[in-house]
Amino acid sequence: MQEWANQLCENRQFGSKMTDSKYFTTTKKGEIFELKAELNSDKKEKKKEAVKKVIASMTVGKDVSALFPDVVNCMQTDNLELKKLVYLYLMNYAKSQPDMAIMAVNTFVKDCEDPNPLIRALAVRTMGCIRVDKITEYLCEPLRKCLKDEDPYVRKTAAVCVAKLHDINAQLVEDQGFLDTLKDLISDSNPMVVANAVAALSEIAESHPNSNLMDLNPQTMNKLLTALNECTEWGQIFILDCLANYTPRDDRESQSICERVTPRLSHANSAVVLSAVKVLMKFMEMLPKDLDYYGTLLKKLAPPLVTLLSAEPELQYVALRNINLIVQRRPEILKHEMKVFFVKYNDPIYVKLEKLDIMIRLASQANIAQVLAELKEYATEVDVDFVRKAVRAIGRCAIKVEQSAERCVSTLLDLIQTKVNYVVQEAIVVIKDIFRKYPNKYESVIATLCENLDSLDEPEARAAMIWIVGEYAERIDNADELLESFLEGFHDESTQVQLQLRTAIVKLFLKKPTETQELVQQVLSLATQDSDNPDLRDRGYIYWRLLSTDPVAAKEVVLAEKPLISEETDLIEPTLLEELICHIGTLASVYHKPPSAFVEGRGQHKRLPGSGGSAESESPDAVSAGAANEVAAVIPSQGDLLGDLLNLDLTPPATTGPPPHSGGMQLGAMDLLGGGLDSLMGDESEPLGGDLGGSPAMGAGFGAAPAAMPPAFSAPVSGGLEDLFDLGGGVGMPLGSFCPPKTVWLPAMKAKGLEISGTFVRRAGVIQMEMTITNKAMSVMTGFAIQFNRNSFGLAPAGPLQVLTPLSPNQNIEVSLPLNTVGPVMKMEPLNNLQVAIKNNIDVFYFSCQYPISVLFVEDGKMERQVFLATWKDIANENESQFQIKDCHLNSDTASNKLQTSNIFTIAKRTVDGQDMLYQSMKLTNGIWVLAELKIQAGNPNYTVSLKCRAPEVSQCVFQSYEAVLKN
Amino acid sequence: MIGGLFIYNHKGEVLISRVYRDDIGRNAVDAFRVNVIHARQQVRSPVTNIARTSFFHVKRSNIWLAAVTKQNVNAAMVFEFLYKMCDVMTAYFGKISEENIKNNFVLIYELLDEILDFGYPQNSETGALKTFITQQGIKGQLQTKEEQSQITSQVTGQIGWRREGIKYRRNELFLDVLESVNLLMSPQGQVLSAHVSGRVVMKSYLSGMPECKFGMNDKIVIDKQGKGGASDDAGKSDLGGGSGKQSIAIDDCTFHQCVRLSKFDSERSISFIPPDGEYELMRYRTTKDIILPFRVIPLVREVGRTKLEVKVVIKSNFKPSLLAQKIEVRIPTPLNTSGVQVICMKGKAKYKASENAIVWKIKRMAGMKESQISAEIELLPTNDKKKWARPPISMNFEVPFAPSGLKVRYLKVFESKLNYSDHDVIKWVRYIGRSGIYETRC
Repeated sequence: MQEWANQLCENRQFGSKMTDSKYFTTTKKGEIFELKAELNSDKKEKKKEAVKKVIASMTVGKDVSALFPDVVNCMQTDNLELKKLVYLYLMNYAKSQPDMAIMAVNTFVKDCEDPNPLIRALAVRTMGCIRVDKITEYLCEPLRKCLKDEDPYVRKTAAVCVAKLHDINAQLVEDQGFLDTLKDLISDSNPMVVANAVAALSEIAESHPNSNLMDLNPQTMNKLLTALNECTEWGQIFILDCLANYTPRDDRESQSICERVTPRLSHANSAVVLSAVKVLMKFMEMLPKDLDYYGTLLKKLAPPLVTLLSAEPELQYVALRNINLIVQRRPEILKHEMKVFFVKYNDPIYVKLEKLDIMIRLASQANIAQVLAELKEYATEVDVDFVRKAVRAIGRCAIKVEQSAERCVSTLLDLIQTKVNYVVQEAIVVIKDIFRKYPNKYESVIATLCENLDSLDEPEARAAMIWIVGEYAERIDNADELLESFLEGFHDESTQVQLQLRTAIVKLFLKKPTETQELVQQVLSLATQDSDNPDLRDRGYIYWRLLSTDPVAAKEVVLAEKPLISEETDLIEPTLLEELICHIGTLASVYHKPPSAFVEGRGQHKRLPGSGGSAESESPDAVSAGAANEVAAVIPSQGDLLGDLLNLDLTPPATTGPPPHSGGMQLGAMDLLGGGLDSLMGDESEPLGGDLGGSPAMGAGFGAAPAAMPPAFSAPVSGGLEDLFDLGGGVGMPLGSFCPPKTVWLPAMKAKGLEISGTFVRRAGVIQMEMTITNKAMSVMTGFAIQFNRNSFGLAPAGPLQVLTPLSPNQNIEVSLPLNTVGPVMKMEPLNNLQVAIKNNIDVFYFSCQYPISVLFVEDGKMERQVFLATWKDIANENESQFQIKDCHLNSDTASNKLQTSNIFTIAKRTVDGQDMLYQSMKLTNGIWVLAELKIQAGNPNYTVSLKCRAPEVSQCVFQSYEAVLKN
Repeated sequence: MIGGLFIYNHKGEVLISRVYRDDIGRNAVDAFRVNVIHARQQVRSPVTNIARTSFFHVKRSNIWLAAVTKQNVNAAMVFEFLYKMCDVMTAYFGKISEENIKNNFVLIYELLDEILDFGYPQNSETGALKTFITQQGIKGQLQTKEEQSQITSQVTGQIGWRREGIKYRRNELFLDVLESVNLLMSPQGQVLSAHVSGRVVMKSYLSGMPECKFGMNDKIVIDKQGKGGASDDAGKSDLGGGSGKQSIAIDDCTFHQCVRLSKFDSERSISFIPPDGEYELMRYRTTKDIILPFRVIPLVREVGRTKLEVKVVIKSNFKPSLLAQKIEVRIPTPLNTSGVQVICMKGKAKYKASENAIVWKIKRMAGMKESQISAEIELLPTNDKKKWARPPISMNFEVPFAPSGLKVRYLKVFESKLNYSDHDVIKWVRYIGRSGIYETRC
């Protein structure tokens, strides 16, 4: 192969293009001027050369848009090569010169009539790439002809062009009836035309989640399955990806589709194989497990998955990320294939890390000896991340396969003996987990661990070691000395270590009260007096009081039995897993995140068909709420409903799921009101319990590792880059945003003399909680701190409460507390209710207040007109609510301006019979869009607002904000 | 779908940039350069997400190819496309290098316009592409109407990988069965794991649109025929020349897109119209009844703390008439080796201190023979309590048969429109077995 390539390379010498690279080197001054002259030359060759130079400049990023008229002049040519170059230029610059782009229209229209099909196709292909409104109008007629062209090459190109046009002007495509023509192409005699039509339709359907555009019925399915056998590898991928959206009527149909898709598993193109796997994994859900065919299918899936591992490394990576999902969903498929996941010396690091993940998932009693031998090998490799992961994996094996625990522990001890710093630290972290899983079994190794105390410099390892010392304080003679040594630098430690140290010393005190009284006092005073961290301090107080009032109770609480840790710690949450299975082969499966987490705009949540059919699996996903906050944790059950509420993509699984229940959505909403009413008390006790269980990091020990997402994805993005991308994002923030007057939230009567009044306001994109804190007591107040209970939109303080100086009697202070919306979420009643705890040196006080929902309206809440139209139509009518605003005397423009200051954007205005209709949109911090229609009739002080939103629960609050803003 | 495609040189300068989607801005080009090409650390993933934009990249020598998207695209497809893009470029102008790309940038833009439409991959078979995109500019103006429609029907047709009207004076085909055999064996001679990964590479120089049928000693096929009692006359046109009676169990195989997969799935027959020239017909994997061409018998004895005695016997395990070539045995030595004395019966052996191994090379060796090497290894005394881990002894070789036992039974060629028959086609079959990772623990 290589020789052959070299030979070709030599052959090239005889070609005529040896000199093309010279175009890259022109950097003279006055270049544009020269090019202009050359473009207008009479000689064809010279013209062509000049256009090449222009394209080369364009490639390297130079602005050659000034040459637009000259280049377009070259378009009228019968030289196809020159024509292609000019087209390439047009595609790049037409948008910046729309008026001049019109000059090109004639040639396009003419070319669409050319006798040569290659030219017809070229013209229609290029025209679709020119995103200028005026041109698109001219495009319709030629496109209509090309869709019915006699030549399949033209038809297949025209099919894709419909998708292009739809991207520019969706309405136009609908009005012109192109969608129907496109649907007809699914029955075309040429397989490639079918494939492209399927691709185009699937893409268009994605932006109309509820339309029945991709009308998948048994007849269409049959056509697609037939075309599948005949089209190119790429076409097969389009068709398979489309098939995956179909929901078979019954298990018989499901089986027959599976039978026709399985041959694809032998295709040399890995993407075809993965897409086929996706279809099979999905339709398999419909098959009864006792069916013979079900077993056959399971067996058929393993070999192609294994074969994917002999592809190029990048594809191996994609395959491994997918296998990780498949193994979680159906472990039986690959349970005998452990060996193929053994790491090879030459694998790139990203392949190694993924293989390791899958090895852990497949580890079982049957293969544990082999796995351990391998892992031990890996722990001596060079790459630090890989070694760390291998060490963690050994710990995971111990926890997963009890019989192997002893061997794992001794392997870990061997590794600790190597004294390689990061190996030691990683080993200690996992040994802590092993202690949790098998209490009173391996404590003999503690001495060895203690020897390495000094070398630990990572917080997680330090915290783990401290936990071990605290937990087994009675067995370690010098436990007090060890812990004391950490105490010296208490303030420099990370929070994780501080929390752990505080708890460990309390444990030590409870176990050996006589010698350690001084130590415990020291740590508690460090925690309570000198710390700004509310967790550290509050729990410090609790311990202190417990110890001073009721040591027996303290013992019961602090030394309580810990819950067992589970075997599989980093499993993907089941609903997310189901969704990801529907996205096998795609980016979502690579990132292990739902598409909504990384794709702009709305997407549908895909679900597996018919699995169990429980109400729970019908409800749209809970996960995106979490994903929006970039939290990959498992969300508590009541969060499910909350997820619905907060989720922007609140579409019922209309085309993907099983037969859609029209009432499914409302059902969810009903539940929403019933559930989620956790009492404040119940919530407060939770963190306490969590701490007693050891460290907060404990359960997550391994799960917290970035295993669930590829490293690149979680890598912090530099701010500058974000800017580079989001040019349109930074809309100027109007100043006078609406700010309701302050109200008293916490009267002095109820709070031992502390009075708080306040309000919320949004300034420059930041939500501020403005408070006036007044001391009406007789003594000085200090040590203020604030905490929020979980709330509907995850509001949380973005920093500590800044009350720096002590507050003397009868003094007041104005504080402004910036808030963010990344806190934990829980549905509140009413929705905008916020429960706050405020603490000072006297006591902790609780109050609740309501914030105007307008503070959550973000600056980029202006929807595009077309999107607005589509969305408005798209949202079901039952999600619409109407409100009256009485006694308002503004004209529509003033109203519009006023609302704009609160990020309610007017998108369009229409006047019908003297009545002004304003169409407005706003977007909440969690991505919920609210669409509004405001009717203002001249002379009538009563306005009508109609609100449409996929989460109708917010409507009431939004209305209140409307009223408040308008009447302000 | 794919929103844009960029090609960079090793410095991160853009050589080719083609944007297909409106959501991809010019700044995406810079984002990839800054975050991936100029990143300080090693690349940790072939997929990178920067500000909600995903970048897929592959590298060929020091050229970066990156596909960029803002949608949830089929990731496997994007990589397959990038590889295909490399293949197409190689087929047009040879090695992918900065110079070649610059020299052919107009051609590359033409190709990109043709094989990716709005980010959807289109027919990318070089056979078809070369009929209308050439290095001398695009054909088109000179073609007759028939030629034009022939081109379009081929590009969109069911047999997009082959053009019509190919003519050879001599119809000839070459089949290469290339296998790599992998083994991990215990010191006692127990096979811990063994597998063969093989490829069938075909070079076809056939006229017209020949219909081919490929047969091998696939267990499933042979068993089916055995049961049916109807003996296929295929045996007569046996090309393998070997005993060919036993059949092999294939774990999994994948085929070039020319093979009719549904036919393979239902009848297990491999039928296709081949591309012209060289291509990979199939890949396969086997794990059962593998012929291990060599057996390595190690014997390591520690004499005191400063001396090791190593004896390694290799036995060739195939027909005496066949010759293995390029045999190399690599015997690892401890890190504290101070000197080595070797005696071997055949070939040459050398201690390579830099590689911590004794390398024993034999040019040729016939089947059913054995050879042996003995070595005395002097060790420096060390305080290290840890014992030497004894890495496995590895082997390299090349043998003229397929260790999986795969035999080509027939390759029949039918071309009904032209006047040549299966018998007129000159067929060549070659088997090459190479060592993959072939290790014996000691």
